[in-house]
Amino acid sequence: MTEDLVLPAPRAAGAGSPGDPLLEVSGLTKHFPVKGGFPVRRTVGAVQAVDGIDLTVNVAESFGLVGESGCGKSTTGRLITRLMEPTAGTISYRGQDITHATRKQLAPIRSEIQMIFQDPYSSLNPRQTVGKIISGPMEINGIEPTGGREKRVRELLEIVGLNPEHYNRFPHEFSGGQRQRIGVARALALEPKLIVADEPVSALDVSIQAQVVNLLQKVQQELGIAFLFIAHDLAVVRHFSQRVAVMYLGKIIEVGDRDSIYTRPRHPYTHALLSAVPEVSLDEEQAASGGRERIRLAGDVPSPISPPSGCRFRTRCWKAQDKCATEEPPLIQLSGNLSGHLTACHFPEDPTIEARDEDIVLDPALAALEEGTDD
Amino acid sequence: MTTLTKEAGAPVPADADAFLSVRDLHVSFKTEDGIVKAVDGLSFDLERGRTLGIVGESGSGKSVTNLTILGLHNPLFTTIEGEILLEGQELTTAKESELEKLRGNKAAMIFQDPLTALSPYYTVGRQIAEPFMKHTGASKKAAWERAVEMLGKVGIPNPKERAKDYPHQFSGGMRQRAMIAMALVCDPDLLIADEPTTALDVTVQAQILDLLKDLQQEFGSAIIFITHDLGVIADMADDIMVMYAGGAVERGTVSEVMRAPQHPYTWGLLNSMPRLDSDLSAPLTPIPGAPPSLLNPPTGCRFHPRCTFQDRVGGTLCVNERPLLAPDRASACHLTAEQKRTIFIEEIKPRLG
Repeated sequence: MTEDLVLPAPRAAGAGSPGDPLLEVSGLTKHFPVKGGFPVRRTVGAVQAVDGIDLTVNVAESFGLVGESGCGKSTTGRLITRLMEPTAGTISYRGQDITHATRKQLAPIRSEIQMIFQDPYSSLNPRQTVGKIISGPMEINGIEPTGGREKRVRELLEIVGLNPEHYNRFPHEFSGGQRQRIGVARALALEPKLIVADEPVSALDVSIQAQVVNLLQKVQQELGIAFLFIAHDLAVVRHFSQRVAVMYLGKIIEVGDRDSIYTRPRHPYTHALLSAVPEVSLDEEQAASGGRERIRLAGDVPSPISPPSGCRFRTRCWKAQDKCATEEPPLIQLSGNLSGHLTACHFPEDPTIEARDEDIVLDPALAALEEGTDD
Repeated sequence: MTTLTKEAGAPVPADADAFLSVRDLHVSFKTEDGIVKAVDGLSFDLERGRTLGIVGESGSGKSVTNLTILGLHNPLFTTIEGEILLEGQELTTAKESELEKLRGNKAAMIFQDPLTALSPYYTVGRQIAEPFMKHTGASKKAAWERAVEMLGKVGIPNPKERAKDYPHQFSGGMRQRAMIAMALVCDPDLLIADEPTTALDVTVQAQILDLLKDLQQEFGSAIIFITHDLGVIADMADDIMVMYAGGAVERGTVSEVMRAPQHPYTWGLLNSMPRLDSDLSAPLTPIPGAPPSLLNPPTGCRFHPRCTFQDRVGGTLCVNERPLLAPDRASACHLTAEQKRTIFIEEIKPRLG
């Protein structure tokens, strides 16, 4: 990016030092009731969107949450920002339990936890000017910055790489990437300590995506804001996050430092996920040798209304045994893992960085077609 | 790519051997704000059994080109110039009845979002059987059996029962499989896949891509694969065409374009895309600015307002003159071949890590 960011000095007071836990979540659960029946509609089941997850986001840290659609990563983000009421579990922010805090109790904390949404077209009010949108949070919280709100908004516009002259424009006058910058400016307006970013770049074109990722990274590092970065794109998460958690069907199945997750994943699902990312191989050798391992799972993610017993991944796992159906694997540190790298699997993969030599193809149609073409 | 004999400049005559040949295609739409030149002077060829990957950002004209091939545009607001030849048959001037015979039969399409492309009103089996009945004159029973067979082929478990289901009873990956079954039911020679995996999860995407590759081996269709994801293209295609603002800016085989890209826009795309093995200490290198509006495209080279190599060309060439795309392996840029090579090796490649 060519723009020079004019950043205010990070607020030191009360922010805690890097490494201290900022947000602690334990046993967080969200079940959405499923209604059915006639004439009286009863609750007949529950979509177990998030089912007992534990995570910690430290001060000034970027924590990535990856998973496929329906794994509960967005619900987790919404629970943490208290846009939804958790079914069970606790959320504590700087030691204070906010799980069921009332509106009034939450008010001082709301300004410290902000959110950036996925779709920059639906998350900005089309009838308000950019100035109004960005100063909105200050108005609601009754904050009167020195020099006035307008001056602060102009500063924020500059921070996110927009022209401060655009103060009086409306959202439709901006492109997708610029709108997402407005969303970032709004999130920064109250000098938050934690930003929950729910797929902030997935609606943008590739060339624009990099601009916004760089902006977020700059904001994160220079203002010392902690991020909960929710995305399905493994490469973007790797670029942005220091620690990463992988979710599958409402559970965290593996969590750890970026490097251990991406180079030494122990859970078969993490392996499969990484091997499924289509990649450009830039040198001849890598392309000729096939380079990366190839794992093709069968079918789709099961329904969260009636998830499989025991390990939730067992129905698509090539290592599954009887034990996996009866006993749920705990999220623990396996031998051979670095500290902080937790895996929930009874039969974890070897802690190597070598690619496997054999393909794993579980999809029956693929296997049949490939057998046919080999003959 | 097919061999084209004539040098760049005037529209190249259609290649007699090519299965599909698009020549100097211009598509524009009349809108309230003015005329949108969605495709502006596009030429390419495709041979049987090959896969052509078209990459580009939203609004680059990649989807419009392919809707035009099948005649799926709204003729009231669309002006088309140029030629589209499918096995020698001219499609831009073809009658609707002729196109109807072609669609779903000789040329079929897979759409991005299977939930909106499938009708919620009919069973999946019936929707797959319908084009087969229409084009081959098969009986209802035979067509149903064919539909069940196709569903089995694309990996739907228990196809006999699942054919009676409605699209909403299928998961996202299964719907896309059903779309593929529908597209392949008449054994088409040309298959156009418009972002077929964009709406899918990565593990399912990998399955669908492998499935398409394996099915192509079996059916021998030519595939046009449209996507914005360079990784998917590298995996799927034999040849690549990179599109920007309504025109092709670079083309070549996959290894040519991925390992020795020549156009600044392709460099920009490769640089701005985070990869699983890229260097984490450096920030990404985005392309500055935003894609242009096609209501009022930039003069000269369409990419010049965002290009950082303009000064290497010197003068006002980039601003005034639109660079042409030569046939075969080529890029539409005013930089000399030598400059393209050295810039890529010395400045772009190191950043790719």
